[in-house]
Amino acid sequence: MINITLYHYLIVSSVLFCLGIFGVITRKNAIMVLMGIELILNAANINFVAFARYGNFGNSGQLAALFVIILAAAEAAIAMAIVLNIYKTFTNINIDEIDTLKD
Amino acid sequence: MTESVLIKLALLILFLPLIGFIVTLLFGKRIKWLYWFENSILILAFLLSAVLAYFKLTHFTDQTLISEFEWINLGSIPFVKSIIIDLGIMLDNITVLMILTVNIVSLLVHIFSVGYMKGDKRYNRYFSYLGIFTFSMLGIVLTHNLLMMYVFWELVGLSSYLLIGFWYEKKTASDAAKKAFIVNRIGDIGMFLGILTLFLTYNTFSFDKIFYQISTGNLPFGTEFGLTVAGVLLFCGAIGKSAQFPLHVWLPDAMEGPTPVSALIHAATMVAAGVYFMIRVFPILSGDALLVIATIGALSAFIPATIAVTQNDIKKVLAYSTISQLGYMIMAIGVGAYTFAFFHLVTHAFFKAGLFLGSGSVIHSMHHEQDMTKMGGLRKKMPLTYITFLVASLALSGIPFTSGFLSKDGILAGTFAFGSLTGYWYFAAVGFIVAFLTAFYMFRAIIMTFHGKPKNKEKFEHAKESSFVMAMPLVVLSALSLFFWYSLNPFNPNEGKLLSSWIKTPEISVPQSARYEFMKTDDKIINKENLEEVTYSNSYTEAIHHAHYPTLFTSASLALLGILFAFIFYQWKVFDPNKFAEKLKPIYLLSFNKWYFDEIYYASFVAGTIGLSKIISMFDNKFIDGIVNGSALFTKNFSAFTGKFDNVVVDGLVNMMAYISGMFGLFFRRFQTGKVQTYILFVVFSLIILLYIFR
Amino acid sequence: MTVYDITFYLFALITLGSAFFVVTIRNIVYSAFFLLFTLFGITGLYVLLSADFIAIVQLVVYVGGILVLLLFGVMLTHKITNVQIKSGTLQIIPSAIAVIVLAFALIKIFLSTNWKTFQLTAQNSSVQGLGVLLVNQYSVVFELLGILLLIALIGAASMARR
Repeated sequence: MINITLYHYLIVSSVLFCLGIFGVITRKNAIMVLMGIELILNAANINFVAFARYGNFGNSGQLAALFVIILAAAEAAIAMAIVLNIYKTFTNINIDEIDTLKD
Repeated sequence: MTESVLIKLALLILFLPLIGFIVTLLFGKRIKWLYWFENSILILAFLLSAVLAYFKLTHFTDQTLISEFEWINLGSIPFVKSIIIDLGIMLDNITVLMILTVNIVSLLVHIFSVGYMKGDKRYNRYFSYLGIFTFSMLGIVLTHNLLMMYVFWELVGLSSYLLIGFWYEKKTASDAAKKAFIVNRIGDIGMFLGILTLFLTYNTFSFDKIFYQISTGNLPFGTEFGLTVAGVLLFCGAIGKSAQFPLHVWLPDAMEGPTPVSALIHAATMVAAGVYFMIRVFPILSGDALLVIATIGALSAFIPATIAVTQNDIKKVLAYSTISQLGYMIMAIGVGAYTFAFFHLVTHAFFKAGLFLGSGSVIHSMHHEQDMTKMGGLRKKMPLTYITFLVASLALSGIPFTSGFLSKDGILAGTFAFGSLTGYWYFAAVGFIVAFLTAFYMFRAIIMTFHGKPKNKEKFEHAKESSFVMAMPLVVLSALSLFFWYSLNPFNPNEGKLLSSWIKTPEISVPQSARYEFMKTDDKIINKENLEEVTYSNSYTEAIHHAHYPTLFTSASLALLGILFAFIFYQWKVFDPNKFAEKLKPIYLLSFNKWYFDEIYYASFVAGTIGLSKIISMFDNKFIDGIVNGSALFTKNFSAFTGKFDNVVVDGLVNMMAYISGMFGLFFRRFQTGKVQTYILFVVFSLIILLYIFR
Repeated sequence: MTVYDITFYLFALITLGSAFFVVTIRNIVYSAFFLLFTLFGITGLYVLLSADFIAIVQLVVYVGGILVLLLFGVMLTHKITNVQIKSGTLQIIPSAIAVIVLAFALIKIFLSTNWKTFQLTAQNSSVQGLGVLLVNQYSVVFELLGILLLIALIGAASMARR
């Protein structure tokens, strides 16, 4: 008898989500922020797949997860390009120092 | 060839010129040879339309093919039945013949333009405009509903505007374009009201559905008068587009455009769209509406014919003759000679296009000289142009063995029969007088242009026969002005396939009581196979039959008389036309000044608008300004008082408020760190608060 | 406790534990390696959820693609001689409070919802089903994502070149 239910997966994903948020908020380095975003996306993905499995939705949930992975790849590529540009302009990638929007 | 193939073929023909337009417009500036693309598209469209016409006329002679789809479904609205707007095309014999006509004339005009417009700096632009015109004209022809008809109607108006004003650097050209557009609008408003009247009553734009509803006795506003009003309003569109009296003033000015454009748009196709529209809605025109139409048509046939007699600009003569011939067609519809109206539309398209292209050839070789008093003797220099122009003129004058003779004779017989059945003889009288005048002014133009001695030696020396691309269309069009294409018997058009089996008067939807007496369906013959007899009682057919030979001889002899007079006055100079004009000075001036229509319109409408504006501006200056000034004085004194109050009390309050806001700003400024992460932290906090509230 | 349960707890521990280190450890390179473990743990969870194809894609795209990309980013934006590849932190305490509260709130919401679940049945490989869905029901989305990836590729390349 399997004792693992949908709730277990949901708890894992919500904790992972909050860790991702924590990473995004606290880290100075832009690349670390990106890692936090990846964690958030993965948390969402776990939810997709778990609901698909327990909710008897067939394969559509997995397909949504697949699409999220594709989007994450695109997002990572663009974000890295932006980071490189920021590095060229400011010679560092600490986002707390990049606050020219304020002035 | 099945029905769906024919429909697809028609759609292909419709959209080919649009492709040509888009491609030529987009890339015409870079790629110089692109006008050949537009031309080859027209050749393709012509071949396809010939195929379409052949199969439709031989295999589906008596069928009307309709292809439609539901465009907008507004569902059912309270108090109104369900509203569904369909788009679609309709193919019947008239449609395919019209497509063929439009494509032939359009193709020949394209080819002619290759020579005529050579060296123009907007060469490709010109061809793209011709493309959009052809597209929209085919749209008018193919549509099966009033909405698309109106859309394409405006599109031909647009392309006409673009092409009249093609040489917009010339002030007269841009003015003429504006005039054409505005005058057309006046008619189109009427047409739009008519369409809305029908739509409000029947909740559909489709011809066949409207016809069916009317034939079941469901009338606009529930009365026969409503039907008449709808018909006359629709006819307003035709008045504007076909340049009928009293909105005919734009067409002569439109001759400022390039001559091939005048041939295509302002002679053969677009101005005939009004007639075509009337042919389409013929089944819903009540007897009263038809009488209005016939009267307008007769006036438009007569007045411009008298004007054309005295004009000296070769294109103006042709323009007035176009209005006059369109008046003939409208009159033919008005008296119920439906088939002959369409027949004359087709024949007129060919010979009038031929005349315009011929005049274009003359104008081209005379280096854009249009004044006939400076021409003369060109017969020897330009023999081919002369012969083709002569053949087309004979057709226009209605001389036997030409196409114009067949169709004009049919219309005259129709008016004659109408007179004998109803007692309204003046339509026939106008028809015969105009036939005489037409022959007279056409041969006056020919003699002044091609005969006699050259009046301008220098230009005459330079004149030469046009090149092949310009001569070929002339030859084709003058060949199409001969009788044998339409009927092998040069004296009886009814023996040709065109009138005997292809074009038939449609079933009329109007209630019996609202029809002409002779159009009422006779119960005894309603079961017969022949549609012609179902629609009209035998009396009209018989009357036309009886009128055929008398009108034939009368019209032919009147035309010959007109030619004779032209020769007497201008060739042999038995009487001096100038002295003759001197004797009839009032009449001459009336005609020469175009019955003062432009002046009247200027004095009444334009000056009226300006005068009204002046009165209003006076009112503005004296009355409204007085009020404004008085209140200003009051305000000034009042504000002096309030100013004091402001400075002390209000400013103090405002400054206090500003100080408080400044404090708040300083406090909240700390939250605007410019750092994304701080903002995200705020978002998370807010999320928690939201979760707490909505838990 | 069945084997399934033990495996689940194992993978959940790997995922969450290394995710914790990802967001707390100061050295960026270490952090990236812990991210590797997190992604690996998530892959395990996918396998437990019998989403075999997604698991493979997770490995190939995330571990093989995105993680390597992030590492490249680290290398490109820090001088090689600089040993201190470290990331500073900011607003630790308010963030920690916020995140913990949020986590409890989320878990409470998830647990208090009565999800309609079904009895788990053994499932075959989902690859075929996914393939069929991808070219039938979701073909437009599929094409659009392809275009999106192309645009992202071009955009990233042109932005990085400047």
